[in-house]
Amino acid sequence: MFANLGTLLRYRGLIQSLVSRELKARYRGSVLGFVWSFVNPLLLLSIYSFVFNTIMPNTNDPRTRPYAVFMFCGLLPWTWFSASLTEATSSLISGGNLIKKVLFPAEVLPIVSVLANMVHFALGLLILAAFMIAFQHYPNPWSLPWFPVVVLVQLIFTLGLALALSALTVHFRDIRDLLANVLTLWFFATPIIYPYFLPTVERYLTLFRLNPFYHLAVSYQEILFFERFGHARSLLLLAVFSIGVFLAGYWLFDRLRDSFAEAV
Amino acid sequence: MTSAIELVNVSKVYRRYSGRHFATLKSALLKRSLLRDLRPNEAFVALKDVTFSVARGSTLGVIGRNGSGKSTALKLVAGITKPSAGTVKVTGRISALIELGAGFHPEISGRENVFINGIMLGLSKREVEERFDDIVNFAELREFIDAPVKTYSSGMYMRLGFAVAIHVDPEVLLVDEVLAVGDESFTHKCLDKFSELHRRGKTVLIVTHSLGLVERLCDDAVWLDAGEKQMQGDPKRVVGAYLTAVEETEKQQMAAATSKALQSATPIPPSGDMFRATEGRWGSREIEITRVELIGSNGQPSFVFHSGDSVAIRLEVRAAQPASDFVFGVSVFNADGVCCFGTNTDIENMASERIDGSAQATFAIDRLDLVEGTYKLDVAVHRRDGAPYDYHRQLYTFRVKSRTHDVGIFRPVHRWSFSPNVRFKIG
Repeated sequence: MFANLGTLLRYRGLIQSLVSRELKARYRGSVLGFVWSFVNPLLLLSIYSFVFNTIMPNTNDPRTRPYAVFMFCGLLPWTWFSASLTEATSSLISGGNLIKKVLFPAEVLPIVSVLANMVHFALGLLILAAFMIAFQHYPNPWSLPWFPVVVLVQLIFTLGLALALSALTVHFRDIRDLLANVLTLWFFATPIIYPYFLPTVERYLTLFRLNPFYHLAVSYQEILFFERFGHARSLLLLAVFSIGVFLAGYWLFDRLRDSFAEAV
Repeated sequence: MTSAIELVNVSKVYRRYSGRHFATLKSALLKRSLLRDLRPNEAFVALKDVTFSVARGSTLGVIGRNGSGKSTALKLVAGITKPSAGTVKVTGRISALIELGAGFHPEISGRENVFINGIMLGLSKREVEERFDDIVNFAELREFIDAPVKTYSSGMYMRLGFAVAIHVDPEVLLVDEVLAVGDESFTHKCLDKFSELHRRGKTVLIVTHSLGLVERLCDDAVWLDAGEKQMQGDPKRVVGAYLTAVEETEKQQMAAATSKALQSATPIPPSGDMFRATEGRWGSREIEITRVELIGSNGQPSFVFHSGDSVAIRLEVRAAQPASDFVFGVSVFNADGVCCFGTNTDIENMASERIDGSAQATFAIDRLDLVEGTYKLDVAVHRRDGAPYDYHRQLYTFRVKSRTHDVGIFRPVHRWSFSPNVRFKIG
């Protein structure tokens, strides 16, 4: 397994060119290009802003103002996460030709899905920056060094899940449908559209703390939106957990690898 | 001589998961049989204990009928699948021409696809850059290289895939039935490229149905049948043995087809054109044809003959009552239903006198000068006025084989001659 992990480094060039192909191919022929990736989050953003600012202004905690910026801080990483998993899950099946007909390291496919969506995430940060400037709400510069750490933790966590799910989907196609529903639930179970410090949330804190994405969302919000980053300990714990998830995911992938060429 | 590819006692079992257990995750979880279901419950043996090696710098052809495990063997050598038992050892960089352009993405340009495909096949970006012009020239796609691949014709697509794969500069090249990728001139270019690789000491493994190619290009040939190695050695000898075996199967198929036709023969004569009617059997059976055999030059019944062989059509008949009004007839139809030849004893001015009890009639052809193909036979006994005793309409099938692929129906005995200033290479 570790020998295989080592060869992953050899495929850097391949992964790089596949990610750029993915991005190029997606926007070839469309007028608005990469903006389309943000239409969905922006739409969600405007709906939730409308609901929480205009329809139910009382439910809107004053600390989360400006709400659009607050929500975008959690929504961007979530979009990266959920889109990565959705695409990675079908990546082996849609890339079946490569696995069956070419000597091709299969793990590259889910990894490319995650990385391509990470590029979208990075581009989304530009939109977030624009929002911050528009609303005159800036992050605390002392927290910002933590930002790459959260991103890295999320990357490792997502990669682990993506590898495991993509490998299992080859055998159980219904994971794709299952995942879509799980992701919807997961979204609402994570403090993204609502802040984590609501008393109602704190009542179920033990449950919330079991949700890995809870820690990611809180970290993003504290780093990018709130004054103080106080979630470092949990984040580091999650980092350890994520490495575990990654290794487990890779192990599973490696175990099932030989069945891909026949089962895809 | 060291070998570049070595298969030792290689078996490959494809597992078939029974869909009943394995259809959904839900059922697997409910029955707590997730792990058990990940194990196979049926096995299909694609390769059985196959051992062969390819010497460095030589070209090996693998032949065999469909489903004999040729492509599986190639995939094992390429490393795409792993053997269930035994070892596969390959020394040197492999390039596999198995699925051309498998990694192409339709939306992006040929140029970008060449880079990505090259990198997928193990080149670095710089190496692709160095070879880019050669690749494009070889594929003859200079004008279209910046158009998205989805606008390519299938031929262009394959040519580009072939060009990339062959420019990977492999030490070991695996080829699966891919020479049908272009027009005549492109095919020649591919063959030249193979010869060039051969000269430069590269190892080539070809899987193909084109036996001529094997005889022409290969130093060595392996014949696989039903997953087992039947023979390895000189290509001409292996191809010959393979062809003999194919003939044997064809004989069996013809025999099966014939007995099936006899059983299901419709008793009513089809109305309309005699020469268009489909198979069937009808007549009063006052004289019955009990058996029809095609006898080859060796005196044995057969269903497969070579063009130019002698053939005898032997009818066994039985007359219930002594009769004096009878005509024997035979005719041969090709696969298109065209009557190649037909005659009967009446046409040939033989006046019938008497038949009684069991009898034999033999129609001997000294030279069966038909071109390669499948033929059907009509045999009949009828009255002089045409009223049938027993008419067997296209119930008998036989095959004519020929190493020369001439066209048409009839292959007359012939000979070319030239004035002395026209010369041909000998051999």
